[in-house]
Amino acid sequence: MNGSARLWLLHAAVVALLVALNFLLPAYHHGLMARILVLATFAMGYNLTFGYGGLLSLGHAMFFAAGLYGAGLGIQHLGLGVPAAFLAGLACGAALALLAGLLALRTTGVAFMIVTLMFSQAFHLAILYFSAFTGGDQGLVLRPQQRRIETALGTLDLTDPTTRYLTALALFAVVLFAMLAIVRSGFGRVLVAIRENEERARMLGYDTFASRLAALVTSGTICAAAGAAYGLLFGYVGANFASVQYSILPLLWVLLGGAATTLGPLFGTVFMYYLIDIASGYTSAYMLAVGVILILLVLFFRKGLLGTLRERWLRWLP
Amino acid sequence: MGFGPHLLLAVLEGLVTSAVLALTALGLSLVFGVMRVVNVAHGELFMLGAVLAWAVATAVGGSPALGFVAALVIAPLIVGAVAALAEQLVLRRVDYDPEATIVATIGLLYILQQLALTFYGADARPVPPPFNIRLALPWFGYSAYKLSIIATSTVLLLLSWLVLTHTRAGLIMRATQYDRETAQAFGIPVGRVYAAVFAIGAMLAAVAAVLIVPISQAHYLMGQDPLLLSFAVVIIGGLGSLRGTVVAALLIGISDGVISMFFSPTLAKLIATLAVAMVLVFRPQGLFGKAAR
Repeated sequence: MNGSARLWLLHAAVVALLVALNFLLPAYHHGLMARILVLATFAMGYNLTFGYGGLLSLGHAMFFAAGLYGAGLGIQHLGLGVPAAFLAGLACGAALALLAGLLALRTTGVAFMIVTLMFSQAFHLAILYFSAFTGGDQGLVLRPQQRRIETALGTLDLTDPTTRYLTALALFAVVLFAMLAIVRSGFGRVLVAIRENEERARMLGYDTFASRLAALVTSGTICAAAGAAYGLLFGYVGANFASVQYSILPLLWVLLGGAATTLGPLFGTVFMYYLIDIASGYTSAYMLAVGVILILLVLFFRKGLLGTLRERWLRWLP
Repeated sequence: MGFGPHLLLAVLEGLVTSAVLALTALGLSLVFGVMRVVNVAHGELFMLGAVLAWAVATAVGGSPALGFVAALVIAPLIVGAVAALAEQLVLRRVDYDPEATIVATIGLLYILQQLALTFYGADARPVPPPFNIRLALPWFGYSAYKLSIIATSTVLLLLSWLVLTHTRAGLIMRATQYDRETAQAFGIPVGRVYAAVFAIGAMLAAVAAVLIVPISQAHYLMGQDPLLLSFAVVIIGGLGSLRGTVVAALLIGISDGVISMFFSPTLAKLIATLAVAMVLVFRPQGLFGKAAR
């Protein structure tokens, strides 16, 4: 079996396992896992910028929220159907990522981090300021009848747990295989080359700005897809998804799972989400766990779960 | 009340904001300048100062003035100790790598916020001002305590400037900022300088917080605004430029006061945030800084 087939098989096996979980998980974990799959998609989008692109962004909450609000407001104010609303969310995320990228990518390092943080903060404030449309702090609740897709074959009801899980999984799987294809393509390799040594990549004739912009727009669109799906599947569009916390969470998930690994974001999200879920059963102080884990990761476990695995044993892992 | 007095009130409020902001941002700028790291937990150290001020003032009891003075001395010392400890245990061990430091200080942010929520609670609590005098202006009465904040901050900023430019300690700090390796080669204990600078930066934020608590209450989530505004000040003022920091704090504080008075505070923050991002994109050395060497 050659390397390429082995990789596709591994990823297909992960997806197959997730399909099997649909039938095996008890109701509570089934619902939790649907949420995790959407958030893991968000983390994969973040991973493209942070892991492969080497750009520490603290503003990805704005892309998630752009998808969330693009879809939510489209349904609420324009009366869009579910597929159109999803596409509207994607378009909002892509446009915002293009605009933010054109400006923010003029900077690097610490300045890039602060600029993205500021943009995201401005986006959050804008949502609060235009509360007449966005519902401000309260957010919007999408009614169940707004979350149905009428097809020739019948009605697809996104409030149904199984439909919800499988829709989330479908999005996750599409993005996972897209990520696998991207990071193994020439574009993915150029990104890693720029991350490792920007000067050299430029000397070799690559347009580093254009590559990074493409990466950020792709990443923003994936995050927006996750945001739009989150709003449509769980029916709530809220301003707290645009807050700084939602820029930091994907960073935490990716770091934990392993930056610049295709499956790392999934494992990081599952691990962290369950850790917080279990911890919050014992104490309300779950943010303490987030803080301590972030520091421990930076001190002792810089490569994360899959990053360490790859370094020690599985050199072929993408 | 006419437009003129309204504007005067807005400017006075803005000056109070600027005074507190200048101290907080100076702490951030010092750490950023000397150590080349971004302390994302700076706002939480500010919050810790405010919460400790309440704790100290409550524990001391007696007259408000006594409690306040005790808070002004004790709270910054504790915050400085916490910061020095974090520097020793975490930042030193990641070797001040800029990105690792950011992630680690985000962790510190969550830890401090959660500890404040657990031990102090979700309520906002005030500390009584040390004196309660209202100055009667022709159009409105104004709290003398607020004016004393401006005076205290001015004195502290002048003091910082004197220390930085006219003392041996200041010389050592500037030498470390200018060139870490050469400073080390000349026998400057760079490690200890870093610990001291990190602690002093946190203490400046804590002092600012203690000053503001009598007028704006201590709350476990109060750290976010000072953090973002301090970032703004440091960026607009230019790195390591004390004069730039003060000018930028005045600019941001007063415009925040004026826009908040006549429009909504959310809009004021929105405009300030975008303006700062644009300055960083198009003029990374800051409005008052020199181009990068």
